[in-house]
Amino acid sequence: MGISVQIPTPLRGFTADQGEVEVSGATVGEAMLSLIAIHQALQPHLYNEDGNLRAFVNLFLNDEDVRYLQKDQTPVQDGDILTIIPSIAGGGQQR
Amino acid sequence: MTLVLDGSKTALPTLTPAEIRRYSRHLIMPEVGTIGQQKLKAAKVLMIGTGGLGSPLGMYLAAAGVGTLGLVDFDVVDESNLHRQLLYGEADIGRKKIDAATERLNVVNPHINLIQHPVRLDSSNALEIVADYDLVVDGTDNFPTRYLVNDACVLSGKPNVYGSIFRFEGQVSVFWAEHGPCYRCLFPEPPPPGLVPSCAEGGVLGVLPGIIGSLQANEVIKLIIGQGEPLIGRLVLFDALQMKFRELKLRRNPECPVCSENPSQTELIDYEQFCGIPQEPEEASDEIDISPSEVKAMLDRGEKITILDVRNPPEYEICRIEGSTLIPISELEHRLGELDPADFIVAHCHHGPRSTRAVGILRENGFSKVKNLAGGIDAWSAEVDPDIARY
Repeated sequence: MGISVQIPTPLRGFTADQGEVEVSGATVGEAMLSLIAIHQALQPHLYNEDGNLRAFVNLFLNDEDVRYLQKDQTPVQDGDILTIIPSIAGGGQQR
Repeated sequence: MTLVLDGSKTALPTLTPAEIRRYSRHLIMPEVGTIGQQKLKAAKVLMIGTGGLGSPLGMYLAAAGVGTLGLVDFDVVDESNLHRQLLYGEADIGRKKIDAATERLNVVNPHINLIQHPVRLDSSNALEIVADYDLVVDGTDNFPTRYLVNDACVLSGKPNVYGSIFRFEGQVSVFWAEHGPCYRCLFPEPPPPGLVPSCAEGGVLGVLPGIIGSLQANEVIKLIIGQGEPLIGRLVLFDALQMKFRELKLRRNPECPVCSENPSQTELIDYEQFCGIPQEPEEASDEIDISPSEVKAMLDRGEKITILDVRNPPEYEICRIEGSTLIPISELEHRLGELDPADFIVAHCHHGPRSTRAVGILRENGFSKVKNLAGGIDAWSAEVDPDIARY
């Protein structure tokens, strides 16, 4: 059993419609690298050009925001759930 | 935490015999009781948006006897609203939502006071409108207004009952800076335009706003009657396909630009700009756009055109331009090899925004002969081929 990454609906277009991806790694950062190694199309949506997680991407380890843990360095173990929380706004016409 | 209702500073309003009859199933519950119902009557709730979320919100809050309900909306009822916006029916198409909603809510409960704000909420009017209410419910449909509603609530010290939906997925929380985090603590920055699809592009399950809006209405009523555990510092995620609720802990960001102890922002800002929405088109549209009739004329002359459809497959199922190539915008950068830079390419989507982005992507990648079909397949149907279904 690895680490489960929960993919929100707006990003499932980049994971072949999978809502859950199993990854490996010892830290949140490693788990996320493992995720984008599997689904490379996710990369520009999660990371900026400098290789940092984009500011509007929220990552929760189990029910805690990793920003208030040790961010990328937060240790993870098998059975943990990493959830990407999307910014969603609703039905407005796309400009 | 107690919500101090503006209308209850002196004494709670009494209930009339008709109100006692109407609210009897509330009154006999100890958690509501006569005092709770009087608090509801005293309460002034501002609903931002009377669409998908606003429909159940408005109907439940009106039915529950919230004494003053303010409605903010400037939109008109569109046929495509009706699969989820239960405030409206077929006969309301083309009417101002705020008028149709007021009429409907008056029928639901004639004992309450409905106040219309038929404006687009912006930085110049938000604080003034919010000032008259005890709490705000965010049922908006776009990022700039969500940040605006949040900041106006933080600056006014009002709770903001938040709900948001996309496809099969919903989010609910109560942001109240005096007692917990605000929207900006969770989402410090908006996504750049175009990176997150809207419901207009990605769709939404009609039932979903019914569920999420009802959860918001529940939180509003709990805050007013002062019962239960409000959803402060917690984010509920709902997945309608998996039928799963999850709850995440939210924390105040000690560096939040608006709700921290030393905020860097102490007044409302330009939220369109904050969300990166350009005020002026970056490039003259005639440099990018080509009209449906021009494309039709070129095809009639036998000129070779690659018509590139950048919509999603379900939209392609509804209707398509004969001979077009489907590459959804989200896959375009990885599938450029399927296109020939030597060809004249006309990109289109439903109305134009996605294909405008597609033109940008193609031009950056060495495709020089690329144009955007102005108005998308919708305009193609209107101007060239009425057999193509409009949606």
